[in-house]
Amino acid sequence: MPASMPTALPPYVPLHAYLVLAAVLFSIGLFGVVTRRNTIGILLGIELMLNSVNINLVAFARFSGDVAGLVFTVFTISITVAEVALGLALVILIFRVRRTAVADHLDLLRG
Amino acid sequence: MTPVAMTDPGIFAAIALLLPATSFLILALGYPLRRSGRAAGLVSILCAAGALAAALRAWSLETPEGMTRIAYEWIPQEAGSLATVGVLADADSTIMLVLVALVSLLVQVYSLGYLDTEPRPALGRYFTYQSLFAFSMMGLVLAPGFLQLFIFWELVGLCSYLLIGYWYQRPEAARAAVKAFWITKAGDVGLLVGIVLLWYRAGTFDFLELYDLVRAGQLPVAGLAGVTFCLYLGAMGKSAQFPLHVWLPDAMEGPTPVSALIHAATMVTAGVYLLRRTIWLFALTPDVLHLIGWIGAFTALLAAVLACVQSDIKRVLAYSTVSQLGYMMTAMGAGFAGAGFLHLLTHGIFKALLFLGAGALIHSVGSNDIYHMGGLRRAMPQTVIVFLVGTLSLAGIPLFGGFYSKEEILGAVWSGGLAGPFWMLVAAAFLTAFYMFRVVFIAFWGEHRSVHGAHGVGHHLHDAPPVMTIPLWILAVMSVGIGLFFLRHHAEPEFTAPAWLTPLAVGVAVAGILLAWLTYQVRAISADLLARAFAPIRRAALARFWLDDLFAGFYRHVLLDLSRLIGWIDRYLVDGVVNLLSAWTLIWGDRLRRIQSGLPQDYVYGLAVGLLLLLIWVQWPR
Repeated sequence: MPASMPTALPPYVPLHAYLVLAAVLFSIGLFGVVTRRNTIGILLGIELMLNSVNINLVAFARFSGDVAGLVFTVFTISITVAEVALGLALVILIFRVRRTAVADHLDLLRG
Repeated sequence: MTPVAMTDPGIFAAIALLLPATSFLILALGYPLRRSGRAAGLVSILCAAGALAAALRAWSLETPEGMTRIAYEWIPQEAGSLATVGVLADADSTIMLVLVALVSLLVQVYSLGYLDTEPRPALGRYFTYQSLFAFSMMGLVLAPGFLQLFIFWELVGLCSYLLIGYWYQRPEAARAAVKAFWITKAGDVGLLVGIVLLWYRAGTFDFLELYDLVRAGQLPVAGLAGVTFCLYLGAMGKSAQFPLHVWLPDAMEGPTPVSALIHAATMVTAGVYLLRRTIWLFALTPDVLHLIGWIGAFTALLAAVLACVQSDIKRVLAYSTVSQLGYMMTAMGAGFAGAGFLHLLTHGIFKALLFLGAGALIHSVGSNDIYHMGGLRRAMPQTVIVFLVGTLSLAGIPLFGGFYSKEEILGAVWSGGLAGPFWMLVAAAFLTAFYMFRVVFIAFWGEHRSVHGAHGVGHHLHDAPPVMTIPLWILAVMSVGIGLFFLRHHAEPEFTAPAWLTPLAVGVAVAGILLAWLTYQVRAISADLLARAFAPIRRAALARFWLDDLFAGFYRHVLLDLSRLIGWIDRYLVDGVVNLLSAWTLIWGDRLRRIQSGLPQDYVYGLAVGLLLLLIWVQWPR
């Protein structure tokens, strides 16, 4: 880690502020995943949760002065992009076949 | 198995045992043969005849002290065998074997005539049961140990049940069969308990090993009375001793030949035979022996009183059987088993004769009631003669078989020191002569009465066909023959009877006959006067001393209520707990089922909540 990078910025935003932001974001995402009936809404919720994790990783990396967290975040973002692309493609295909994107209606496998 | 030679009584006894078993198996498995009726009877009779020949051979080869034992290990054990089955042939068992085989054969021949109007399948069933009974009774007689004895003991009980209920369509017969089965079973429980207790003490079921233990004084006497009393309970049920005698009169619902074979000559004497076999064991417990003597004498007297008021000829004979069994038991109780056993043998002959004679009367008249008979002396001379022979024998008139054995018993009881039972037996002897000649005078002499019966009014009465009369004559000749035999060879008694015994025994018998003659023949004494003089006893006897009511009341108000209570506990308490558990399982299963919605969002929600709870639990400050 370069020595020129300050470990904390003035006016110092403390670590727990980042963590709280991440936790709030995660909860909003989880709420969305659990309550949304639309598949796209669920996907959005998942995105929010992933991003809250990213915030955590970045915040920890910044405060511990370890670059590994930043590297991880780059990986996460790229994988998330791929996942969203695949997920949205699936949703569109399902919508074409079933004429619906509501998760409750997708119950073909239900006994 | 011990090596045997052809001069061995044991091998012939085993042949006699296995022949009826063979005919039973043939008839039981050979369906067409059994359905054919008379042919089935012939198979059974042939086997019975063979069994009689083998039994006679075994008996003739037997010496008074000799004893042959053929035994197979049934339940082997490391320290000797636990149980053996086989044949124990000695003087007692072979003579008993001859009696069983003889009466069984004669009864089966007689049955061909007596049951000639039966449908064929029913007749085949009858002979199948007869074969099974012969086998079971012989197995009982030849049993070398308590275990085999008990098995055959139950088997003869089963045969008795089946044959009493032979006319099972008749409700009385079915009820009588069940009654006989239950009441004897009550005694059998005692027998089983006694056998197990004895095994617990001695470690063996075998008669010979037990005898050796007893003779060596190695069997602890303390507490043995309980064991012998339990054994006696079995004998009490089977041999119809007070208060378990109530089944025997009802057992007369079966066909008359069955009554002759099972309920007079053989099966009911099994209890007496058991005591004869194990008298050395009972001798260790004199208190139980005294009890046996008193109960026996009381039974003899009670049954004799009961017989005086019956008008059904078979019931008179049934009560007389109970009474005579009481005699035998009293002799056992006095400690002189030989006297009781002798009476068992003579009684087997003349009581079978009486029953078969009564059967001939019933067969001809079509009614059991002696007041429906009357004046049969001219119509059925042969039957009347043989019946008279049996009656005189039963009443104890010299020259006839029953006299000697009865006198033997009276002498044994007197020298055994049982004065009370002795006088009870003398009174019973008087009553025996009275009730038997009451039947004779009413049924054979007197005016000819109108006959209401199966054969209809105006039916010409005549003697039974030869197939029935020949067995009667054989038994009659034997009854007299035994008497003459004893007249010539008076066996050395084990005791010294007082000189006044013979005149007393003959005196009371003649007095009884005289009273019956004066009452029912000459009518010098009014029967109504007698009835009035003994009104309370008569009323009690007509009600069978309320014993049946007592048992019925006990059953209804104690056993049934207890069963209801136990049933309630089982139904509502025991089952209730189980039902509650299953209901809970159902309810909770139903509730938990609802969690499985199939919606991924619900699962995610559950996961999140679970994870949260887990985190809280982990992080909870302690």
